[in-house]
Amino acid sequence: MNAVFLMLMGLGAMALGYFVYSKFICEKIFKVDPNFRTPAHELQDGVDYVPTNKYILWGHHFTSVAGAAPILGPAIAVIWGWVPAFLWVVFGTIFFAGVHDAGAIWASSRNKARSIGALTGDIVGNRARSIFMIVIFLVLLMVNAVFAVVIANQLINFPSAPLPVWGAIVVALIIGQLIYRKVIGLLMVTVLGVSALYAMIYLGPMLPFSLPAETMLGLSDRQSWIVLLFVYAAIASLLPVWVLLQPRDYINGIQLFIGLGLLYGAVLIASPDVVAPAFNTEVPEGTPSLIPLLFVTIACGAISGFHGLVASGTTSKQLDKEPDVRFVGYFGAVGEGALALAAIIAVSAGFATLADWQAIYHNFGEGGVAAFIRGGANILQQGLGLDTVMAQTLLTVMVVLFAGTTMDTGLRLQRYIFQEWGSIYRIGWMQKTLPATLLAVGCCLLLAFGAGGDGAGGMLIWPLFGTTNQLLAGLTLLVITVMLVKLGRPMWYTLAPLLFLLCMTTLGLLIQLKSFYDNEDWFLFTLDIIILAAAILVILESSSALTKQIKANKAVVDKS
Amino acid sequence: MKLDAIKAWFRQASFYAEEAYHAPYRSAIARAQREQDDLFMLLVFSEMMGVPNPASYYTLELQPILLERFHDWHQRMGMEHSPLDHFRCC
Repeated sequence: MNAVFLMLMGLGAMALGYFVYSKFICEKIFKVDPNFRTPAHELQDGVDYVPTNKYILWGHHFTSVAGAAPILGPAIAVIWGWVPAFLWVVFGTIFFAGVHDAGAIWASSRNKARSIGALTGDIVGNRARSIFMIVIFLVLLMVNAVFAVVIANQLINFPSAPLPVWGAIVVALIIGQLIYRKVIGLLMVTVLGVSALYAMIYLGPMLPFSLPAETMLGLSDRQSWIVLLFVYAAIASLLPVWVLLQPRDYINGIQLFIGLGLLYGAVLIASPDVVAPAFNTEVPEGTPSLIPLLFVTIACGAISGFHGLVASGTTSKQLDKEPDVRFVGYFGAVGEGALALAAIIAVSAGFATLADWQAIYHNFGEGGVAAFIRGGANILQQGLGLDTVMAQTLLTVMVVLFAGTTMDTGLRLQRYIFQEWGSIYRIGWMQKTLPATLLAVGCCLLLAFGAGGDGAGGMLIWPLFGTTNQLLAGLTLLVITVMLVKLGRPMWYTLAPLLFLLCMTTLGLLIQLKSFYDNEDWFLFTLDIIILAAAILVILESSSALTKQIKANKAVVDKS
Repeated sequence: MKLDAIKAWFRQASFYAEEAYHAPYRSAIARAQREQDDLFMLLVFSEMMGVPNPASYYTLELQPILLERFHDWHQRMGMEHSPLDHFRCC
């Protein structure tokens, strides 16, 4: 099987989804109205509510939701063979993610651009809102811990990467100042910044850097990197956004488009063969069963609750016209699906032989980002003739920059949650910025190290992160479904994905619960129970909210 | 003719780059700016609310300039009407 065929099939199906299914969903189910006055116009204030060009909004939405997660998930899930991962990414994008993202923007814009969290309170109930807050907190906690471990692993695996990875921060700081002080125009700054970054990627292999295996305080190199990353993230999250986060995000966005372009271009030119098995019948011992774990291992790239937060938190406040929902939301999900597809191709066609592939995927949780970087680099080398080490550095930088920015943003959001809790429960010190940040970092470090002594266990959390993320998506789908029922529209297009997600999440949690129990991993066992409780509460809330709404609708029909 | 086309293209590209850079963070930065402005308003109008301000001699001059923002400010601070008896606003 040739990778070009895989690529065309995947991209073709997603394009079909955009042109046909999204048109149906937006016009027949959501019934988007070009004359509807969106919150961006109705509440325009120049701060939060600003009508924005749909292409810009799409770029913003896409780069906010696309990150390291749609690479990591598929790169782990290929262990079951490429077909299951491919099908879930493609069909997940078409029938789940696209509808979810577009629906979240639509639901929010029809409710004065309130966030999904607030909408859960209004439409479903206050209890659901509390669950929502806890689920968000857990998602952020896990994503920070996992990403710290992922970055640390890549910095150790690829010694050519630390120079450009940390150098990128310096570049971002300089860009931020140049733009803030309006020294030179943005286009010029962009060209200079991107050239500086790629110059460092070029220099990286010549100036490799690795930490000693045993550093000060008796920490291993991985542990030291993790601690250093959190020190960085803590400082970065305390800085005003324009100093570091904004220029970093901008460079990441450009990197994303360059990276995607290079990868797909290289696949077209090299047309490598897929060496990974279509269905892996000889999965390594200890690999959990495909159903339901596939559906939580690949969260971002198929459907992700995190998108709902972005969609309703910021995107909906900037929506110029309601029909833009289709392009911004649905096509944003298609963009992320394309990234996940690139990851699948890299890890299934980037190796010379099946034996090479099996050598990497010899254990569940192995492979992951490192496999994406190695496989992707091989394809880049074949297709574009780039030096393998340099190609590896390039992809490492792309992934690590994403993960790093997510850590920065995630820690910032966690701090806000702590501060909010501080003000709700009147805990004075928790409302202050620094203690709240330290508390957030402490929780993340506890999770990163608690899951496995040297931080290696961080990968164990990944499927748990997936389940929590899917729960969040479930809550968003619930809000959309209840709204649709209220409006008397067909509900199955959102209810079916919701039911599927809830089933898979609960099953996944139960299976993991058993494996944590068998391994006597009490820390993750407890975490799993907390998430399971949240899942059960979500299921109960869903059924009660839906039946209540359906009954209310019936009562109205009976009366008339 | 060609030069004009290039210039137009360049302007368009600049516009998209500027928007791509600023749009995602517009609200966060505007909010931070507004918080600073709010504090400044408090300093300027503090004497009127009975909070002694040693710089009031200088800030007095600014009051007419900031008057336009006064209504938005007191509403944002959670006061539906002007907090000042002798200083009607709405």
